[in-house]
Parts: sequence; C-alpha cells; structure tokens
Amino acid sequence: MSHSLQSDYKAKTTTGRIAHYVDQRVGVSGIVKEFGRKIFPDHWSFMFGEVALYSLVILILSGTFLTFFFNPTMVSVTYDGSYVPMKGVDMSGAYASALDISFDVRGGLLMRQIHHWAALMFMMAMTVHMLRVFFTGAFRRPRELNWVVGATLMIVGILAGFTGYSLPDDVLSGNGLRIIDGIFKSIPLIGTYISLFFFGGEFPGSAIISRLYSLHIMVIPAILLLLVAIHMFMVVIHKHTQYPGPGRTENNVVGFPVGPVYAAKAGGFFFIVFGIIALLSATFTINALWNYGPYDPSPVQAGTQPDWYVGFGDGALRLWPGVWPFPWEFEFLGGTWVLSVLLPFALMAGSVIMAMVFWPWIERWVTKDNRVHNVLDRPRNAPFRTGVGVAGIIGYATLMIAASSDLIATHFHVSLNDVAYALRASFLVGPLIGFYITQRICLALQRKDRELVLHGIETGNVVQLPHGEFIEVHKPVDEYRRYALVDFESPAPLPAQPNKKGKVNPIEKIRAGLSKIWFEDRVVAVTPAELEAAHHDHHSDNAVEGSVSASLEK
Amino acid sequence: MGNHSDGVKAHTSAVVTSQEASQERFPDPGLPPHAPRLTDVDSKKAKGAERQVVLLFVISILGSLLFWVGYFGIEVSGNFYDVMNPEPNKMLRLQNLLMGLGVAFAMFGIGIGIVHWARSLMPDHEMVEERHAVTSEEDRAEAQEIMETIIEETGIKRRPLLRNTLIGSVILAPLTFVTLFRDLGPADPSVLKYTMWDEGVRLVRDPSGTPIKAADVTLGSAYHVLPETLSTLTHENGYLEEKAKSVVLLMRLDPSELNVSEGREDWNVDGIIAYSKVCTHVGCPIALYEQRTHHLLCPCHQSTFDAANECEVVFGPAGHALPQLPIRVDSEGYLVSQSDFHEPVGPGYWERAKHVKEMAGEA
Repeated sequence: MSHSLQSDYKAKTTTGRIAHYVDQRVGVSGIVKEFGRKIFPDHWSFMFGEVALYSLVILILSGTFLTFFFNPTMVSVTYDGSYVPMKGVDMSGAYASALDISFDVRGGLLMRQIHHWAALMFMMAMTVHMLRVFFTGAFRRPRELNWVVGATLMIVGILAGFTGYSLPDDVLSGNGLRIIDGIFKSIPLIGTYISLFFFGGEFPGSAIISRLYSLHIMVIPAILLLLVAIHMFMVVIHKHTQYPGPGRTENNVVGFPVGPVYAAKAGGFFFIVFGIIALLSATFTINALWNYGPYDPSPVQAGTQPDWYVGFGDGALRLWPGVWPFPWEFEFLGGTWVLSVLLPFALMAGSVIMAMVFWPWIERWVTKDNRVHNVLDRPRNAPFRTGVGVAGIIGYATLMIAASSDLIATHFHVSLNDVAYALRASFLVGPLIGFYITQRICLALQRKDRELVLHGIETGNVVQLPHGEFIEVHKPVDEYRRYALVDFESPAPLPAQPNKKGKVNPIEKIRAGLSKIWFEDRVVAVTPAELEAAHHDHHSDNAVEGSVSASLEK
Repeated sequence: MGNHSDGVKAHTSAVVTSQEASQERFPDPGLPPHAPRLTDVDSKKAKGAERQVVLLFVISILGSLLFWVGYFGIEVSGNFYDVMNPEPNKMLRLQNLLMGLGVAFAMFGIGIGIVHWARSLMPDHEMVEERHAVTSEEDRAEAQEIMETIIEETGIKRRPLLRNTLIGSVILAPLTFVTLFRDLGPADPSVLKYTMWDEGVRLVRDPSGTPIKAADVTLGSAYHVLPETLSTLTHENGYLEEKAKSVVLLMRLDPSELNVSEGREDWNVDGIIAYSKVCTHVGCPIALYEQRTHHLLCPCHQSTFDAANECEVVFGPAGHALPQLPIRVDSEGYLVSQSDFHEPVGPGYWERAKHVKEMAGEA
C-alpha cells in the first residue's frame, strides 16, 4: 500500500518541477484542475461586486497603516503639533493623533483620504451590485441565501463606516454620536440602559472612542471578511449567472476561462479601482477634520450631514413630523414612547431593509416560481420587478436627499419647510409614480423588441419602386440577435389555487390578487408562427404592387 | 441527477399556466461564430498592442517614481495654517498631490496594461462549461443516513433527560458572559435628571466664561451660555458630560411678545429668557436663532422651536418643547439661575415622564 504513495514522476520543465514539488506536499493539482480553466461569464454589469471586494482590500490595507499612528483614547491632551489654529487647545488623544496623521506623518493625509474614499466606494459598489442582482433576478433559486448574505454585508458595511467616521472625535463625529445616543434613548424600556452602557455612563463619557475602535478594527472587519468568504464560496458553488442569448442555457456557463483571460481582467481591474481611489484622494479633500475642532457639546456646524450611506437614516429622522398631527412623544404603559425618533428607524428605514432582505421569498410566494434560474432576466422582461426596484430607489433616494434638506434650502433659496413637505410627499407618492412609469417603459421596450423581431431593423435606405412608391428597406435581425430578443418567459397571472382540502384560503386570495397586478400587463415573446405570419403580410401586400420589395426585405 | 436537478425548465413544482409554454419557440442557434479581432489577424496590430501594454507598464514605473519624488523630494517643514507663513501649507498640498498622483499612475499603469493585454492579446474565444446540480440525490440520501446514524449513536432521542439538561446548560452558560457586559456603564437613569444649574449659579458666556449683566442683554440679542460652576470641572471629572447637559441659549424678547404660562411668570427677567440648547429630538445643540420670528432652529434635523411661545415645537421632528431655565438677577446685577431645570433636558427616553413627575414633586 505505502508503495503507491510514492511518485516516480520526474518533471522536465522548471514550471513542472515547482508544480510537482508543491503538489506532492499540499496536493494543489486538484484545485488548479478545478479552477484553472473555470468559466466565468463576462458582462460589464458583473464588475460592481468586484469593485466592492477590491475597495474592501484597499480599506484593510490603508486602515492597517492608520492603526499604527492613531491613538484611540479620550484622555485629554494639550495639542502641540504643527497645525497652528489648534496649538495649546485641550483635546482628546484621538483627535490629536488624527491631526498628527494629517500633518505630521508623511503621506498620512493621503492614507486617511484613501481610507475614506475607499469606504465611500465600497458602499457605493455594494449598492450598485445589489441593484444589478435585483434588476436581473439573480437572487432567485438557488441564490436566495447569497442575497441575504449580501444584504447583511451591506448593513455591516454601514456599521463599519459609522464606527469609522466617529473615531477622530471631532465636532462632526461627536454630533453624529450624539444623534446615536438620542436614537438609543428612543428604544422603549431598555433604551436608556443601552445608551448608558454604550457610552460607559452619560454622553459622551470617556470610553466610547476606544470601544468603537475595537469594533471598527476587529469585530466588524472579522464579520465582513467572514461574510465575504461565504459570499464568494457560494458564487463558486452556484457558478455565475449569465445573461440570456444564443448558446446560453440554464445548464451551461458561457464565458472566459479564469486562466488567463478572466484572472488578468479581474486582477488588472483591482489596480484600476485602486488608481481611481488614489486619484480621488490626491485631488479631492474629504473629511477635513482639522477645520471642525475637537468634540465639544456646545458648537455645531450648520449644513452637517453624514456620509452618504447613512443619509437615508438621517433623512428619515428629518422627515418624520414631531408634533403633527399630534405629539409623537407620549406617556403610555408607564413609559415615554419617543415615536418621532423610533418610527423613522423602525418603520421607514427598517421596512426598506426588511423588504430588501426578504424580497426573494416575497417574489416566489406571488409568482410560485420555485425553479432554478441561472439565466438572468433582462430588466425589461420583468416589468413588475423592475418597477418595484425603481420605486425602492426613489424611496431610498428621497430619504438620502432629505439628509441634505437644509443645504437644498440654502442653495436654491427655498423655504426649509417647503423642502421638507415636498420630500415627505415624494417619499409617499414618488415610489408609486416611479413604479408606474417604469413598468410602462419596460412594456414599451418589450414591444419595441417584438417590433424589431417581426419587422427588422430600419436601415435608413429609402428606395423608389418602379411604380413610384417610396419604401424604407428593413433588414431582418440575424438569428443570434433574434434569439436574444425572444428568449424570455412572460408568465400570465396565476389565479388562486385551492389547498389540499380543496379550499381557497384568504392568504391565497391576496396572493392571486398580487399575481394579477404583477402579470396583468404583459408582452409575450415573438413565436416563429408570428414571424412567419408577419412575413406573409408583407409578401401579400407587396405581391399586389410588385415583387421588388420582397427581395429588398432580404 | 436527483430531484434538485439542474434548472431544466421542465422540472418544476411551479405551475405553468400560459399557453405559450406549449407554443413553439425559436430554436437556440448556439453560440455565434467567433469574430476575430484585428490583433488576431494582423501581426502588426498585435505588435502595436504589445507596445501599448509596455508603455502602460512604463507609465506605472514612472508613477512609482513620482510618488518617491513627492515623498523625499518635497521639503515640508514648519507650521500649517500659519497666517504669517503659508509656505508649508502649499508644500503639504503639493506633496499630497504628487504622492497621490504617483500611486494613481502606478496603479492605472498596471491595471489598464493588464486589462489591455487580456483584451487584445489573450484568446477571446468564449468557452462553454456545463453546470452541475449543487447536490445529487445520491449524496443527499447518503448524508441523511449518516446524520441519522450519528444522532442514533448519541442516543439523544432515547434519553430525553440527557437532552433537556444539555439544552438548559447550553442556554445558561453563554448568559454568564453576557452578564459580564453589565459593567459597561452605570445603570441608573436618574443621572439624566440633573444638570449643574442650581440656585444662584451665574450665567456666563460660552466660551469666554464672563458673567452677563442683565442690563447688557439688549432686545433681540442672543447668547450661548454655560453655568459658571462648569469651569471648576476638568476633562477627567465630567467636564464634557456636564457641558453636554447644561448648555443654554439666552435671548431677550419684548416682554409683550412673550406668552408665559402659569407658574413661569417670574422665570424671565424683563423678557430675558433662558432655554436648554440641547435639542429634544436627538440632542444636537440648537445653534440658530432667528431674531425676527424668534424661532430657534436645530441645524441637525431642522426642529424649530418658538422662543416667544415657551419654545414649543412649531416644525420638524422634535417631540416636546425645550426646557426653560428659571433666571433672576443677583445683587450685583448679573443673571443667575433660580434652580435647576424643572424637567430633564435633551431627547426623550423611556423614564422621562416618570422623571418629570418626580422633579415636579421635588420642586
């Protein structure tokens, strides 16, 4: 038996010898065999997930550099660095070291800016990636769990960002923490205790910076990396989705092999993302914390707003009316209910997040489509879902814009109150309008596709027939393009189904109602029979007037 | 292949209702024929692309050099934002710009070079790979059998007492660690009731710390105010925490404009009123006072309070009025507080209503 464990293989090339040496010790030939030529579909919209991953790598690299110089303490020091306006000012060690990184560590300012820009890029890329997955239906079976992992990554990413920009302990970040304190206190029954525990006593206390620091550099990155690992692992298990088109089926993957093309493109892309972040950091100042001064509970700047990805929460806080039509803070069941703070989070921001996380199951419940989907939907071919997505974007964007309501008012010289009223209206009505318009646009685009298949492409060539008629020559689409345009399903509404006892329960009736709204307006793909009929129409029309146009159609 | 098959459209528990499922569909023509790129057919173009990639890599090398020029070549010394000497600021900006551009070019050169290489010189034949089911029925059945054997061998089903005590211990043991977090902070919400204001504490200007004579407060003016006793505290014994609660806005309105409720008649001095500066929404300092409308505006979430109307909320998300600080004039003509606030300052919290009642009893 032991004999068979010996390998007599002698490699002839250097690559072969190195590979053999490593392989004999750790057995990587199986991995190379599995991944070396694994096929990945290629499409520009697949790159946002990559951008997010690469931004995370840049965050970890730049963040590690910053930890070597940052001092996460609230112990008061008298500043004696080279930034003149703060000389002799009492401030926390954290803020002093943030100033030192900016002014007295060579390249420190650049690294701070790279870290901050990479964080914005990370969140932006995750958001766009998530939208891509949503609009193409890539979250459907078997990828529902990976959708949830992705949504969790997004939420943990927000926490990473918030704990990070609170660390410098300047006026801006201190006011951000003060808002968090107010939000904690609005939680019924236990809120006051959460606040006292979080800050180690009354706000601001002397513990919060070091606590946020352990969360920001240890706990949250660990969770992020674990989730990213799970996310990638599942991508390998499922293999990547692909857009519909000739030769692409539910059972295959069409694309480029990892080695060399895909790896080169993806690897090269990392450097491009790094380059973009470096360019931003070299040329655009971000978070000029030396202007704000050390945290002090008395001053505040007008026009303050959080980083963009926290904006929807801040906007929700701004939009909820405090005392209209009745005070949203009242005594009930022996405690004070601070609904004007609690509801924006629990109801507005919370419901957006919950709808997002559970969407794959909501959609499956209504459509009863539990099949495996490896081929993506073109957004226009799923008008309802695309409409819902746009409605979500409008609701989210309204909240995000609301976080800048005061800046809008001052820049455009309009009343602050009117901005708030308009945004409240936009949050309630905007999504509905957005849904309707989007759904109509999708249906129109589907009809345009039908038109294209049935009558071909307008060539712009106008010819005169012998009897004097002018016609424009239409060129039929080739069979590959045609297949891409007709390869989709258009399910009809699914009426209520009786259960095993033969009864239609009320929930099923709701589902059937939703299904009706969902699929009532639909455009079906062109069938070969229809195409044949369309050609016949032309032929018969033209036959009367001559045979020229028939040949021109070719 | 098992029942968790591979996405074949025929295999489905979903109901296909529409007729078009049975209608004929266009046949899949298969992958389109591969169109060769210029670099595939023209060796000159290929050579040109190679040169472009080399150029990009050289740009990357130059970018790295530019970084070092910024790092070592730019002399940044002296103090920053010094009005007398703006030179160090300029040099710092230049250094940041050169290093940043250096990194950017170093990265762009590598990145764009590799991508260009892959796109123009590496094969661009699309390849097809079959998908396989995530799991097979065979594996699933085997795995299930293994799991059942494992559970059977533990005997956990046959010995419920063993199972129940295990569940109990596994629930309790982690709770001991949760308990450890108890000492993260004090657990007495009543600290939120009180501030440093008390009988006879002078109102002083923020940040200069000078006391305020009632006669100096002109009509329409507003002051940021702190308790005089705050300066006795240091950062080590609660300066920021006390300041966070005791900041006050002082304004003088025409007494005829003030609506004063019962019990508060003597809380102002000839129209000089003092209110907590901590927003009752989520606690930002309310920094903006509009003299004409006598409205106070919180810059964080735009809660608006009417100073003439005991700082009731007139707009925005705040849930209750700002607490008023009762003031009077001392023997030297300076403004002093009559007592602490009569209700907790800042945002609402669960115990607030209880605290308001307790404080009314104490007063």
